[in-house]
Order: sequence, then structure tokens, then C-alpha cells
Amino acid sequence: MTTDELIWRISGGSGDGVDSTSQNFTKALMRSGLHVFTHRHYPSRIRGGHTYVEVRASAEPVASRGDGFNVLLTLGDSFARNTDEDAVYGNEAIKPLSENLDELRDGGIIVFDSGQVDIEEVPNFEERAEEHDWQVFPVDLRGIAKEHGREIMRNTAGVGATAALIDMDLDPVEDLMAEAMSGDILEANLDVLEDAHDHVTEEFDTDTGLSVPQGEHDEEQVLLSGSHGISYGAIDEGCRFISGYPMTPWTDVFTIMSQELEEMGGIAEQVEDEIAAAAAAIGASHAGAKAMSGSSGGGFALMSEPLGLAEMTETPLVLVESMRAGPSTGMPTKTEQADLEHVLYTSQGDHSRLAFAPGDPVEAYEQTRKAFELAWKYQMPAIVIYDSKLAGEYRSVPKSAFDQEPNPDLGSTLTEDELADAPHDDTGRFQRFQHDVEDDVSPRSLPGQENGRFLATGNEHWPNGQIAEDTTNRVNQVDRRLGKLSSVRDDLNAMEESFQSHWGTEDAEIGVLTWGSTQDSVEEAVENLAATGRPVAGLGVSEIAPFPEAEIVEFVESVDEVMIVEMNASAQFRGLLQKELGAYGQKISSLLKYNGEPFRAGEIEEAIEIELNGGGEPTAQVTLRPATGD
Amino acid sequence: MTAFNATGSESDVERDEYTPEIEPQATWCPGCGDFAVLKALKGALAELGKDPEEILLVSGIGCSSKINSYFDSYGFHSIHGRPLPIARSANLANPDLEVVAAGGDGDGYGIGGNHFTHSARENHDMTYIVFNNEVFGLTKGQSSPTSPKGHTSKTQKKGVAKDPVRPLSLGLSAGASYIARTAAVNPRQAQDILVEAIQHDGFSHVDFLTQCPTWNKDARQYVPYVDVQDSEDYDFDITDRGEAFEMMYETENALYEGTVLTGRYYRDEERRTYREEKQMRGEMPDDPLVERYFDEDYEWERSYDLLDRHA
Repeated sequence: MTTDELIWRISGGSGDGVDSTSQNFTKALMRSGLHVFTHRHYPSRIRGGHTYVEVRASAEPVASRGDGFNVLLTLGDSFARNTDEDAVYGNEAIKPLSENLDELRDGGIIVFDSGQVDIEEVPNFEERAEEHDWQVFPVDLRGIAKEHGREIMRNTAGVGATAALIDMDLDPVEDLMAEAMSGDILEANLDVLEDAHDHVTEEFDTDTGLSVPQGEHDEEQVLLSGSHGISYGAIDEGCRFISGYPMTPWTDVFTIMSQELEEMGGIAEQVEDEIAAAAAAIGASHAGAKAMSGSSGGGFALMSEPLGLAEMTETPLVLVESMRAGPSTGMPTKTEQADLEHVLYTSQGDHSRLAFAPGDPVEAYEQTRKAFELAWKYQMPAIVIYDSKLAGEYRSVPKSAFDQEPNPDLGSTLTEDELADAPHDDTGRFQRFQHDVEDDVSPRSLPGQENGRFLATGNEHWPNGQIAEDTTNRVNQVDRRLGKLSSVRDDLNAMEESFQSHWGTEDAEIGVLTWGSTQDSVEEAVENLAATGRPVAGLGVSEIAPFPEAEIVEFVESVDEVMIVEMNASAQFRGLLQKELGAYGQKISSLLKYNGEPFRAGEIEEAIEIELNGGGEPTAQVTLRPATGD
Repeated sequence: MTAFNATGSESDVERDEYTPEIEPQATWCPGCGDFAVLKALKGALAELGKDPEEILLVSGIGCSSKINSYFDSYGFHSIHGRPLPIARSANLANPDLEVVAAGGDGDGYGIGGNHFTHSARENHDMTYIVFNNEVFGLTKGQSSPTSPKGHTSKTQKKGVAKDPVRPLSLGLSAGASYIARTAAVNPRQAQDILVEAIQHDGFSHVDFLTQCPTWNKDARQYVPYVDVQDSEDYDFDITDRGEAFEMMYETENALYEGTVLTGRYYRDEERRTYREEKQMRGEMPDDPLVERYFDEDYEWERSYDLLDRHA
């Protein structure tokens, strides 16, 4: 745990402005020279319901939400107060104040809206505050907001109030407000901000012992989510066609891409369903555009059919699978990593598809680029699989990571000149799907090109594309389609650096293995333990298919036992690893979490301590599953 | 260097140029109405002088969709019910392509009904031919969405309990801007209608009545047929949606009572295509997207230039 850090949590009901307030607050901290990370918790509803955003800020780079928090700003319980209307907004039993006390660290600050909350209603509040040494500041945020503007500005009042208690400079906050609004609204907000700040300074002892850390960036930072990473990677690879259907959390990528592509002369299509979405991306790609689509679990299920079609017709395509807690509709706004098997095994037949699982926004950018590059080079669908956590978490990342050249190359697509020299059969038909070719890639033509006519079909086909059930041709075609995967593996192995991340000590006894977005919590846990001399190493896997066998074998063999950490109940990555390696079952155990919340580093540290030293059950809502035979 | 130079040719094209030199795997039975669609399509495209390499023929699954095996152009034989989203986005990515979608009554009005509705509604500039033989052929004779009520098969032993779909009315309510019905037994009309449908700017829906000699022996072979444009008994304005709708309704009733009416039912020349609508809103590039990838001078925008808003 970074000692010099601030973790600020703002809570309220949906519609209270928790999201926009936290975005501005986060950006202000980043602009003051800090590294930031945000974690968002929200319900699947438009108005009401309990929501919070946690902002972690430190002079050192921060890659995860951390453990607990030390400042709580609660905007009251607005949703439970809509008593005049028939509709009930949210669960009245869940209050933005009482719900958010469990993880508040000892000595932490609480600012609550005394204009809305009667502290007497919060069970055992006084005792708990005393026990944990909390510093409690009742401030009439609603009253201050009303006095200078409108009641809704109580979020601005809250920022002003907490800023006074943590020695936060208001200038960056005011600058951001000025960038977002103007005129009377801006004036009113600035008044509310400053008045709340002054009120707290005058009414309370502001020497809380907590303050905003001081920091300075080595290089310029930008505040991005994993969804931005995926979208920007696609844009830089020349993706100019997206088709989709809204579904949380895939909608993030769909929205960003739709807005950007309209501006840059691309095409964005919101279509009737996810089958159409994937099929439309296939159509655009077949016609020559770099195209993508995607969805979340339930919508991706509908894409199963066109996914197989893309494999059989060897149509390049990138699909995004943005996981949320399932099965079925599950928990729409809660995170999980339980669609791994769905992504790898959905659709009939043997599969030639690629899958990448980035762990942070920069990896999301790089691996999406790689997914496009390989999909077009090898003519197969590539899937970028990530989750609600990475989709919605914002963090500061170096701007320079995105300072790269575009790559609109269409891979193994022929020009008309090249087509003239390409193999044709004796009836003059282009041999689109040849048997014996380099890297198993048979170059393609595009509709409209001369000398390139062929039939793309979901049926098995001859080299010229015509439907065929000849047994020898069948074997040749299957071998070539599947053979492309080993060529992709060779390509990935030849890269200067693999997409996998390694942490921790050499000569480790325990290896912690994870994949996708869970890697940031594992990284933090491993490094915390390593700092205290524990023999632990970590590996975060981002290449899922083709499986990075050599790298994983090396890691597994370097330690005495391996704990696989993932957010699902059935240990899906562990299953994949066992299938791919067919060994090591005796030394692999699992740490699983599937309550909808991502791992905290502390939970992983505790589990590793139990593995190392023995002990009882973990205290958190996680599951330890032993190695085979244990 | 020629990299990508599709289209626009007005050269004389012979019908035979669309015939593959290789023998397709025999999938259509002797006497199948699908041969008539194939012939009419070849005739119409030849009449229009379309180069086979500028045509993208996208089909679904079923006997009808095997048309790709008999027709030499760029082809995409896809999956059951899904030809339309593939066809329309290919057309958006490269509007220079002549995009024709084809499928059967089960493919288009059943499993693909959602795509049919929305493609018509969006008015994509393409032609959609539905081979309507009132039966599932390739899976051996089950009832289809256009099978008459009471049609029996192994899976409908007591006769189908559903009313048939009304394809023309469905196309009209969904928003197709050209709608016609023709029949395998009327090759001249079929070719003329396909010529019009392909020339039409917007979504052209052609319900093509075909016979299935193997699985639907009871089906009327659509003889005698009446061309509503040639008959004095029918007088309606095909540019008037209301009149067209009444005429379609009558036609759809008549079919199951033994009177086969064919002809042009609706044409809206005023309505903008989907591409034009999007262009008006600044949401659709003027150039074919695909050409950019071959244009070495095209300046690709970078995400790096978008990052200021995140700083």
C-alpha cells in the first residue's frame, strides 16, 4: 500500500451527479501532478439506487483501486426522499452514508449533507465513529447549494467542503468547471464551491492530518478508461466501420467509436440486434473496410453464428466482448470474468479465432491494435475480451503511449495488379482458398476487383470458393484454417516483448497467475508482499488464444505452487490452462471472486498468506479452491 | 498501378458471363422454380450491362441461397436469415458495388424477419429477391411462413394452424421503396421487374413466386397468372401508398384462393436512400470507404490527436 495516498469516495443516488463530479475531481488531481485511478460502483437504473465512485490519488503510479478509502463525501439520500411520487427510487434501506462506512479507514474523514441526513437514523453511527476514530463533518450542502444556485449543485458544495479538509487547491477544479460550463451557471457553481470551502474553514478545525499528496509527473498524463484504449487502438489501425447494439458495458466502446467515426468520415451503424451487428461487420470487412463489432455476454451469445461464419469464410474482423456478471442478464453493471469459455468455445465446429485480454488502458490500446493487425494478416476473427471493471475505470496513463503511427494496412489483401498474377484455376477463377500457402494464409480479393471473383460461403469449399464435401479438400482446408493459429503464435513469440506481465521476486515459492483486468490487483498484491520479503511472483496473461504455452510453462515450473486468481466461480482460466498444458494439476489452486466486485489487493495478499503459512478461511467474500487431489 | 478500380462499366455483357464454367453441385431439382429466378437475374443484369465483378450477390441458407453456386460474380453465401445485414453494410462500405440479396421465404420472412423489416425501413440502396415457394425445401418440406393455413408435413401433421405472412404488405409497412411480385412462370415480366428493382435507388423488394416440385406438389404452380399492370380489372396508383396497400392486400388474399396476381405494387422515387439520409446528417463519407485503404495519399487520423480532451 502506498502510504502517501488519498482515496476519496463520493456516494449518492444515480442522478445526483456522482459521476460527473468525480470525473472533474479526478482530473483536477491529475492536473495537480498526481497519478489517479477511479473505481465506479453503480446500479442498473436511471434514477435512484446507490452509487459511488472511488478516486485514488498518489505521487506514485497507481494501477488499482487500493484497499479501503480515507475520505467519504456523501450527498445524502435523495432517492429515498421522492415520497410525493408513486414510484420508489431505489432501496430505502440502502443509504449513501450508512452503506459506505465499512471500508472507511481508521482516522478517515466523513463529510455528509446535514441538510438531508439525520445522523440519528444511521445505526450505531456514534459508536462506530468513535471506534474507528473517524472525523465527522456535518455540512448543509443542500442549503449552501440552494442559497447560491439550485439544490442539484450540492455535489459542487461537497467538493468545496472536502477540499478544505484535505488542503486541496481549488484552482484546477475551477478551471475544469470553466471548461465545462459558462455564464450564470458557472458563476453559481463557483460561488457554491467557494462558499462551502469557506464555511468549512470557518466552522471546523480543518487540521485533519490528511491532505492531498504532492506530486509531479515525469511526462504528460491523460485520464482514460479501458474502453478508450480499445477504441483508440481500433482507430489507429484504420477501423472505420462499427456496428453494434447497445448493451452495458459494451456501450462504452460503441459510443466512443460512433462519435469519433462520424467525425472522421467513418461509418457507425446501430442495428436491429447483435446478430445483425456482427453480420454487418462481416459485410463491411468483406467489402474491404476495417470493421469491428462487439457486445457483452448476452449480446455476444447472438453473435455466435456470424462468428463461425467469419471463421469459415476467413473474413477478418474484430469483436469486443465486454463482460459483466452473468449468466443471462446477470448483474448488468457488475463485473465478472466468466465469459472466457463463452468467447473461446461458442459456435459450432473447430475454431480459428484469436483472443486478447488486456489488463489496463494502454494494454487495451496495444492489444486491440495487435488484434486488428493479426485479424487482417491471417483473415480470422479476433476477440478483445475485457470486463465492466476495465471498461469503466479511469486512470492516468502517459500520453506518449499513444503517440504511434496509424496502420491502415489491409494485411493479406491483394491489389488488382497482384491479383492478375495470383493463382487462378483453368476456368479462370481466382483461387481464394488455396491449400498449401505460406503461414497457411491464402491472400484474398475484394468485391469489385478485376480477376478476383470468388464465392465466400459458410459451407466447406474448394480453393475457388465453391461448396465442396470432398474429403481430401476438407482435411486440407481445416488444417490450413487451424494451422494459421501456430503462425500467429510464432508472430507473437517473435515480438520484442510479450503482452504478458511479470512481477515479484526471483526464486519465488508461490506464483500468482491471472488474466485480463484482474492483473492490476494481483500486481499490487504481489509487489506489496515482495516488499515485505515474501517469496511471491506474479504473471498476468493477456494472450488467450493462441495460448502462450511456453511462457506459462516456464512460469509454472519456476515456482512450487501456483494460485490462479480470477473473477468467476468455475475457475475458467484454470480450466483453459489445464486443457492446454494437460499437467501441473497438483500444484495449481484457485482464488475466486464472483460477488460482482473486483478484487482488492488485500484480499489476494491474505489468500497468499494462507497458502504460504496455512490458516483458516479468507475473511473476504472470496473462495479458495485447492489443487487437484488436495 | 491499379489497386482498386471497381465499377461503373457500361460494357455489353452477355448473359453467359454470369454462368460459372465449373459445374455447380446439383442442388436444385428438375423443374425447380429457382432456375427461373436465376435466368431472370442473369437477363436483367446483362440488360443493364453489369460487369460480373461489380456485383455482390449475398444469399442466406436454403435451396434459394444456392443461387451463388449457379451464378458467377462476387458472392457471399452466408447463414440462415442473415444475408441482409451483410449485404447492406457491404453496400455502405463500397456503394459502387451492385448489391443483390437473395433468400427463401423461410430465410427472409421467418428467421430473417427482423432484418427484412429493418433493412426496408432504412431504405438501403439494394435489391432483395425472395424466392417464395411456400415451403422449406432443403430440410424436406416443413411449412414456411408463407405456407397456406392447413399445409401438412412431417412436422405439421394436422396442418399448420397459422395464417401465412403477407410479404408485400409487410415490405410496404416496413418501408421498402420498391415492391413487386413476379412468378417463375412469367420470365419476361420477371426480368423486367428485376431490371427496375436493380435500377431503383432504395430498397427494392421482389417477392418471386417459385414452385417446389418435390415438397410442395399441392402448391398451385401460379398458372394462370394475371399481370395487374396489363389487366383492366386492376387500376391503382403505384406511387400512392394507400392504393398500393389495398392492392397488395387483395393480391395476398387472392393467392390462397387460387388467383395469382403479379406485377409492380409500389414505387417511391422521392424517398432518400439510407446512405443519402446519413450523408445529409454528416454521418456518411462521400467516398467509398474501401478506396482509402489503397490510397497512399490518404491522411489517416490518429487517436493521439483526440487526447487533449482527456488531459
